[in-house]
Amino acid sequence: MLTSGVILLAGSLLSPEPGLIFWTAITFILVLLILKKIAWGPIITALQDREKGIQSSIDRAHQAKDESEAILRKNRELLSKADAEADRILREGKDYAEKLRADITEKAQSEAKKMIASAKDEIEQEKRRALDVLRNEVADLAVKGAEKIIKTALDADMQKKIVNSMIQDFSTKRN
Amino acid sequence: MKRINVQRTKALLKVFAVLVPLLLNGFSIAAASTEQLPGVSRNEVAAAPAPAVDAAHGAVAAPEEEKAGDVIMHHILNNREFAFPPFGSVELPEIKLGGFDISITKHVVMLWVVSAILLVIFSIVGAKYKKMTPSQAPKGLVNAMEALVEFIRTDVAKANIGKDYEKYLTYLLTVFFFILLCNLMGLVPYGATATGNINVTLTLATFTFFLTQIAALKAHGIKGYLAHLTGGTHPALWIIMIPIEFIGLFTKPVALTIRLFANMTAGHIVILSLIFISFILKSYIVAVVMSVPFSIFIYLLELFVAFLQAFIFTMLSALFIGLASAHEGHDEHEAGVASH
Repeated sequence: MLTSGVILLAGSLLSPEPGLIFWTAITFILVLLILKKIAWGPIITALQDREKGIQSSIDRAHQAKDESEAILRKNRELLSKADAEADRILREGKDYAEKLRADITEKAQSEAKKMIASAKDEIEQEKRRALDVLRNEVADLAVKGAEKIIKTALDADMQKKIVNSMIQDFSTKRN
Repeated sequence: MKRINVQRTKALLKVFAVLVPLLLNGFSIAAASTEQLPGVSRNEVAAAPAPAVDAAHGAVAAPEEEKAGDVIMHHILNNREFAFPPFGSVELPEIKLGGFDISITKHVVMLWVVSAILLVIFSIVGAKYKKMTPSQAPKGLVNAMEALVEFIRTDVAKANIGKDYEKYLTYLLTVFFFILLCNLMGLVPYGATATGNINVTLTLATFTFFLTQIAALKAHGIKGYLAHLTGGTHPALWIIMIPIEFIGLFTKPVALTIRLFANMTAGHIVILSLIFISFILKSYIVAVVMSVPFSIFIYLLELFVAFLQAFIFTMLSALFIGLASAHEGHDEHEAGVASH
């Protein structure tokens, strides 16, 4: 009780001391000015420089990332374009080959047809020629036969014989 | 194992058997010895008021308590003597200038000690920073200081003042480290708490007050500053508003002054009172059970309070500057009042 009373009554806790105020102000201002010169200036600039450095490296990293992404995108585009190109070329080649094959087969077919037609023509001609020859021969033979018939006696048996021999002649001659 | 345990308990019992009578006899021994003990501490700490020495012998209870109060007050208050208890004391010079007493007192010496420590630490740190390139990482003392500086810069100045915070950064950093070191010096043996003196805190708060007014004048101009004093009300109310706003200007620095002063003084009074309880009751038991553990606890609390109060002073200074330079009209007042 008494202790606290003494502390309260002492009063000097709140007593003004102009000397102390004076020295506090002077000391504080001097310390402030000196510290500003020797410490706060360099420290704050260093901190700001470092902040800027960190920011710029972050920015640079972002930029590099963006760039690499752009390059990747470009690469992908190029790749897909190349793929399409290859596809196209392949398809064109296939088409061309198909066409070529079709052409060739068509040509071959027409050639073959032509050849067959010419062969047929030739056969026809040969056949006609052969028939002509045959006709002449038959006419000759008929004339000859008639000659023979007329030359020999004209009886039935003889006639038959003559005709038979003629026919035989025909067949042998024909073969 | 068991034998060792038995031996140990036996040894402990012996120690206990010696200690208990000693502690219990403490009353009779203390009765004899404390007649000198407070006297000794009195000679050590308090030498200024004259009628101290003769009262030490055969004292009755009441003067003893009074003496405890005297010693506490002597320890806390400012005076022109720097005491180094077992080795004597140094008398500080008395200086008068134009009728003003500007003698070098204990607290002035502490302010100078603090300044010297600050200058040494920061000249080392500053020199390191001048040599450092931005890519180098700080270490050791530089790193520790940088953490504090960076904290004040971003979390106190930038967060509360906003743009143009760099202009006030010098003041905020200096005031933070100055107060912090003043607070801590009070916890060092032979030290005294300069910030436990209302004159010191008043001076520091006055700096904040001037900075706040300058910030307000810069942000609003003289016209805006005066208009602000009217509180933006109808002219008929000015006769009430202007005194209120005018007083409001001074409440902030006064709050700063008293907060720091009271916090630093209260802690010391509590520690000293706890110690003096054992002298007043003349008991070793009280000393061992109560005074020492509790004063250690309060001491640790004081260590925390030293940092806390330095931070709060800086924080509120930044807040007041930020509020003064803010461009809104009246929410700032509520925020300012809420923070008190």
